Amino acid sequence: MMDFTEPVTWVASILGLVIALSGFLVVTSKNLIHAALGLVGALGATAGLFLVLSAEFVAWVLVLVYIGAVIVLFLFGIMITRAPVGYDVDLDNDRKLIAAIGAGSLFVLTSFAALDSFGDTPLLGLGEPTSTGDLADALLGRFVLPFEFVSFVLLAALVGGITVARKDATPLGEGTDE
Amino acid sequence: MTLGPVLVLAALLFSMGVYGVLARRNAVTVLLAVELMLNAVNINLVAFQSALQTSQGVGQIFAIFVITVAAAEVGIGLAIVLLIFRNRRSANLDDFATMKG
Repeated sequence: MMDFTEPVTWVASILGLVIALSGFLVVTSKNLIHAALGLVGALGATAGLFLVLSAEFVAWVLVLVYIGAVIVLFLFGIMITRAPVGYDVDLDNDRKLIAAIGAGSLFVLTSFAALDSFGDTPLLGLGEPTSTGDLADALLGRFVLPFEFVSFVLLAALVGGITVARKDATPLGEGTDE
Repeated sequence: MTLGPVLVLAALLFSMGVYGVLARRNAVTVLLAVELMLNAVNINLVAFQSALQTSQGVGQIFAIFVITVAAAEVGIGLAIVLLIFRNRRSANLDDFATMKG
């Protein structure tokens, strides 16, 4: 299944190990900041895996949007909702065992199904980047409607987020001199 | 290299996200776990694009859509967490058992 004579297999295995360990840190760490930094590790290694899987543009989008913007938002959220940044014993609830059993059985089920149906499908063109021009043609051609729609969803969600999180409830212009 | 190990990795990441959503008590960590699950889906999309070589890179384009929607979800989610924290002085999900303020 895994041919360790190819260097690409080694690179992918190391990246997969980093992703798994960072993901474990995200869901088990007792420190909120460490959990967010674990997500940085998982996303960075995922970007590396995308480079191996010849998805160059998606990899850099992941780095810019996730590690650049979303993580910063998360760190702000953590710092605003927790004054003392440190260890917090109350981070997990008391249903950990049930959650672990459920997640473990989900893992066994999905990985068995995936291996059964697609386990031996070879990955093609590893390391050869997909042309960004082709992706752009598809985004602004065949997928232009979902592209515009998703852009509008993002705009509406961010404006809505700012409106919800605003400190004063009075609309602009109705208050005193704004 | 075959598709199998990549799919198992994505399944592992998704399961860890499910565990995080179920076992975490803090609202921000639940959002972090949701990000893990979305990331697992992205890995699957890109891996299937690499294996099936669909024309026009459909898998990668859907991964970009998922990233966009995830960014929107984080923006809204953190705004709601912030608002609840401002009203209740807590980010503990077990304190929000009733929807009525």
